[in-house]
Amino acid sequence: MGNLGLKIERFIEVFIDNGGYKEVLTGLENTLKIAVIGLIIGIVIGTLIATVRVLPKYKVLPKILNGICTFYVAFFRGTPMVVQLLLSYYVALPLMEINLPSVTVAIIVFGLNSGAYISEIMRGGILSVDPGQMEGGRAVGLSFSKTMLSIIIPQAVKNILPTLGNEFITLIKETSVVSFVGALDLYVAFNRIGSNSYEFMVPYLVMAIIYIVLVLFISGLVKLLERSLRKSDRSC
Amino acid sequence: MIEVVNLTKSFKNVDVLKGINVTINKGEKIVVLGPSGSGKSTFLRCLNCMEDPTSGSIIFNGVDIADMSVNINVHRQKMGMVFQHFNLFNNKTVIDNIMLAPIYVEKKRMRKLRFSNPNGEEIKSTKQIKAEAKENAMKLLKRIGLEEKADVFPSQLSGGQKQRVAIVRALAMNPDVILFDEPTSALDPEMVGEVLELMKELAHEGMTMVVVTHEMGFAREVADRVIFIDEGVIAEEGTPEELFGNPQCPRLKEFLSKVL
Ligand SMILES: Nc1ncnc2c1ncn2[C@@H]1O[C@H](COP(=O)(O)OP(=O)(O)O)[C@@H](O)[C@H]1O
Ligand SMILES: [Mg+2]
Repeated sequence: MGNLGLKIERFIEVFIDNGGYKEVLTGLENTLKIAVIGLIIGIVIGTLIATVRVLPKYKVLPKILNGICTFYVAFFRGTPMVVQLLLSYYVALPLMEINLPSVTVAIIVFGLNSGAYISEIMRGGILSVDPGQMEGGRAVGLSFSKTMLSIIIPQAVKNILPTLGNEFITLIKETSVVSFVGALDLYVAFNRIGSNSYEFMVPYLVMAIIYIVLVLFISGLVKLLERSLRKSDRSC
Repeated sequence: MIEVVNLTKSFKNVDVLKGINVTINKGEKIVVLGPSGSGKSTFLRCLNCMEDPTSGSIIFNGVDIADMSVNINVHRQKMGMVFQHFNLFNNKTVIDNIMLAPIYVEKKRMRKLRFSNPNGEEIKSTKQIKAEAKENAMKLLKRIGLEEKADVFPSQLSGGQKQRVAIVRALAMNPDVILFDEPTSALDPEMVGEVLELMKELAHEGMTMVVVTHEMGFAREVADRVIFIDEGVIAEEGTPEELFGNPQCPRLKEFLSKVL
């Protein structure tokens, strides 16, 4: 224990004097960017897929779309995120001769991946909304998509908000895999500080604390959001 | 106004409606009776194609809306529907419930006008559309004495209040006809009266109404014609006096002995 003080000193030296904090900030920025934009893309894709999945299936087009969606979800839920990331970065994009920064690739892959998970969550959310809500909308002459957007999805999102918050937290934690394609995230930033200071105890401890603070902060935000959305439930 | 020709409806292999023919004239009030499970709701829901008819036609204002190629939304806007369980939008305040469809329709109309405006109609801004819809919605809320509930959510209303809001939500579209599917069946007894009262008002104002109900008093007082549906067909039809005073078919006699 006696040399913990020394270790902290070494850490602070590399973190502040040698500019390690800059990489940590960049790493934090990338981690948040990947998780937040990934989540937004995921919600959009997930909502579209969930909508296709609850469509009546007696016409041909919904059947075909449903098949595509089933395959999509099976693929992204059936393979590890690292594999998807590696396949995108080292196989798919080079084959298409597209050159993208690794953070951008990570954002896209995270979006596609969480889209698959969120579609299942969202489908449950949509099915939990009283079918009478759709009938009420269609009966006054709103189209299917207008009723979906204005009535069903807002209620579905409210129902699944806690689960969606968990998905966001999962995404934050999973961003540590982006180092596989050379993107700088929190893990990479602290790893470099460790390498530069020949000392890993304090950097990894600080990293863990940052992750925990992030997650607690997000959980708090979700709770606040839930409470403000619950006001339409209060009965007299 | 509505002409139903040889309407049939089957779910999977169950034939629920087996050939219904009926004409509903402008201003007419029709009450639909029948035992539970006889197909009353299915009949009503076929009228605005909430259920797609299996065969037959629904001619509404001259258009066969059972034809899958027509834009059903446009026709539903002129055919209000009131449900047993109200189906108010839970995520919208009372006034938003009433304004949602009128704003949607008017915005859509303005978008079309922007492309082609042969009569040189005035193009309203979104703000204008919303203000007009709000004014009309407030008028409707005043009519049912619920203007102070404009900004609350449906969960804060009593059943009777919910159903009256649902009725004026339908009215906000200026429909040609309103379909009611057991509008008072889910209500506590003390709230039935206020809803029936509002429906009677509409009837006196000349609204065309098709009402599935077990309220025999309402049927007697308001109906121009009563239709008794049994086993997927119209077993008997006539004025309330005829049906209640001198029922012909045994099933109707049996039914009336139970409900009267
Ligand atoms: N969506 C549906 N799928 C399958 N069967 C249905 C559906 N809707 C109604 N039915 C059946 O059709 C019959 C008539 O139902 P309904 O029209 O609701 O009767 P009513 O309103 O007269 O009580 C019932 O036997 C019911 O089970
Ligand atoms: Mg019924």
